[in-house]
Amino acid sequence: MSARSDRARDLKTLAARYGQKYGILAALVLVCLALTVANEFFLTPRNIVNVLRQASINGILAIGMTFVILTRGIDLSVGSVVALAGVVSASLATTSSTAGALGGPYPALIALSAGLLVGIACGWVNGVIVARFSVPAFVATLGMLSAARGITLLYADGRPVPALTDGYRYIGRGDIFGIPLPVVLFALVFVSAVWVLNYTRFGRCIYAVGGNPHAARVSGINVRQVKIGVYMIAGALAGLAGMLLAARTGSALPQAGIAYELDAIAAVVIGGTSLAGGVGRVTGTLIGALLIAVVNNGLDLMGVESYYQQVIKGALIVAAVMLDQARHKST
Amino acid sequence: MLGEGEIAAILGGNDLSQALLEVVGLQKSFGGVVALSHGEFSLQPGSVHALCGGNGAGKSTFLTIVMGIQSRDAGSIRVKGRVVNFERPQDALAAGISIIEQELSPVPAMSVAENIYLGREPVRFLGRVDFAAMNRDAQRLLDELKFAISAKTLMMDLSVAEVQLVEIAKALSYDAEVIIMDEPTSALGEAEADQLFAAITRLKEAGKGIIYVSHRLSEIFEIADSYTVFRDGAFVGSGALADVTRDDLIQMIVGRTLNEEFIKENEPMAEMALSVSGLNAEGAVRDVSFNVHRGEILALYGLMGSGRSEIFERLFGLTEDRGGEIRLFGAPVDFRSPKEAIDMGLALVTEDRKGSGLVLTSDVRSNICLTQLEQLSFGPVMEPAREADAAERMINMFRIKTASDRLEVSDLSGGNQQKVVLGKWFLTSPKVLLLDEPTRGVDVGAKREIYRIMSDFAQAGGAIVMISSETDEVLGMADRVVVMRDGRVSGEVPRSELKAETLVHLAA
Repeated sequence: MSARSDRARDLKTLAARYGQKYGILAALVLVCLALTVANEFFLTPRNIVNVLRQASINGILAIGMTFVILTRGIDLSVGSVVALAGVVSASLATTSSTAGALGGPYPALIALSAGLLVGIACGWVNGVIVARFSVPAFVATLGMLSAARGITLLYADGRPVPALTDGYRYIGRGDIFGIPLPVVLFALVFVSAVWVLNYTRFGRCIYAVGGNPHAARVSGINVRQVKIGVYMIAGALAGLAGMLLAARTGSALPQAGIAYELDAIAAVVIGGTSLAGGVGRVTGTLIGALLIAVVNNGLDLMGVESYYQQVIKGALIVAAVMLDQARHKST
Repeated sequence: MLGEGEIAAILGGNDLSQALLEVVGLQKSFGGVVALSHGEFSLQPGSVHALCGGNGAGKSTFLTIVMGIQSRDAGSIRVKGRVVNFERPQDALAAGISIIEQELSPVPAMSVAENIYLGREPVRFLGRVDFAAMNRDAQRLLDELKFAISAKTLMMDLSVAEVQLVEIAKALSYDAEVIIMDEPTSALGEAEADQLFAAITRLKEAGKGIIYVSHRLSEIFEIADSYTVFRDGAFVGSGALADVTRDDLIQMIVGRTLNEEFIKENEPMAEMALSVSGLNAEGAVRDVSFNVHRGEILALYGLMGSGRSEIFERLFGLTEDRGGEIRLFGAPVDFRSPKEAIDMGLALVTEDRKGSGLVLTSDVRSNICLTQLEQLSFGPVMEPAREADAAERMINMFRIKTASDRLEVSDLSGGNQQKVVLGKWFLTSPKVLLLDEPTRGVDVGAKREIYRIMSDFAQAGGAIVMISSETDEVLGMADRVVVMRDGRVSGEVPRSELKAETLVHLAA
């Protein structure tokens, strides 16, 4: 009898876990259905592509954020790194002489590599400060938020870097079979993240470090290395997002990306990743990012003032986590 | 606030003939499990009364009932002859009973005076705290007690012993007549303990009653006047310490003879597995030497805080090198990370299963495979089939009861969780097992299985170093015992001469 009730309990737990996994997906589907009914323009290819393009930059940042949050960390600096990487790479790809302190323009590939390296370097600094010097992630990355923004403004002398080369702008404006390149890159990043987290040793280490750093350390995992690694990933993806943003608008603004970290954290949290670490999936983050984009798009279509959008997004974040907590209690 | 005369009244003036606290026939069960079947205790004013007993003897249950934290099933409690019925801790406090717990909880960034009067600060107009009056009263109280502490010092600037003295002052500020001290010296050095004992003596002279809980027998004989022993949830005996010897008391605490709850078939071999000499670690371990042969189970016995766990941390590369020589199968080693230790055939089952043993948010399979990620992957990519296979092997080997290896470990029972920890370490094919309290919080059935695993491992030529506070377990499983006290080895006892009395004697 006890074996049977054990099994029943196990099944119930499994069911609850699936609910956790697909609850937010159900919410996304429901919102899409409602918008399809409410607005004939919502479910048109053009609008769908539009939503995806809007979701892509926040989505890429949120995937990086997922890595960090899974290890019990947080990265508040991604918004500033977006601007820094954007400005630095743009300065190598501009035809304007005013901002071309480094000469050029250079081929897009070189400019893009430079932006990526800037992002990785910022992430490395974050990681070392957190892992090596035991500074709380909140504080370390808050410092980077301010410092990277300052460096950006100094580097660009407070002015936008305009007149980017066509090759550079292509990554923001080009498309493959009608799918915008930012969306393609978002998809690539997503697939890679799923692969890393679920199928690689590094992924196993991330979940272990976030779930219980002491147990991970005793089990022979190099906790510092893992932590530095996740901040470098978040930094690299922030760099990528920054360049996509610059390429799409055609010039890199030193004021770009302000408060982007908050939307990224929102997508991660809505997607069910626990801020306490060790629990969460990048699929959830994808759905979270899409949900934010769909809701924003829907409210736009229905002509709701953008101020309301912020209120609704706030409610959405809190509601998603409340739902999660309630489910945890019932199991 | 307190006037001078009132402090004098607090410090003295008890009728010395009547018991301060009298407990008879106390009973308490938790969901059918009897924690206390017969609690009896009588505390006289102006005395220090030691409450003795091993783990699970019912001391904590007894104290939580007396403090009004838990309700009782039966029995009576009288304070100064009056029958009392505490429903909340505040009731006990109001009746003059207060406790100084093992884990002190001061507010570190507040001053001594603020801590003493926390939640009942003297206030003036509009609720403004009257700091002058508070500091004055606190200082007067400390001075009366002859505690050399300034009321304005921040708690974080005090030593552990001083924090304890402040707790005593706080207890007295509540007009406490009965002061319970739970393992008060567990975090103190010798000099600090003397400071505490001087304070206890003064309280005694002032007519207070002190219930002193400690595992350290030498201390009990030094400071206490009378004793009460609990064993297996029941009162065993009480009396004046002047009338008993140390051996009598140990006999009463240890009590029953060992039955067949242990499985031991291993035989030590000649080949040395691990030898340690002159080991130091983090100030907690000083000049420790021991060795363990293949096929042998060596126990490290000692009180909490005697440096046992720190030895393991040092051996496993978890703390920095502080000197000493470690040899593994004859070759000198010094691991700088757990990974190096694991690669050389060491495995460490830590004391704190939830704190450092398991990743509770992960499933059984991930936990088991955690020590062998490199071996179970091809380059950077994990091989799920081999992971599943490894988990299945360990689940079968240790008979871990789980519906699936994808179930989170937090859903398993304590015993099964411990078997997952053992499984994850056996997956590394270890040669030397370091076990820190391997059966803590595990039920009797699972305990037996863990003993079987230990016996089989040693019999197959493995070496085991086991830390245990449970005397029975040490007597039942160890081939040899190294006893620790204050970070040093205080004795080594072969199995042929093993007696509980000897162990307790050497450790305390």
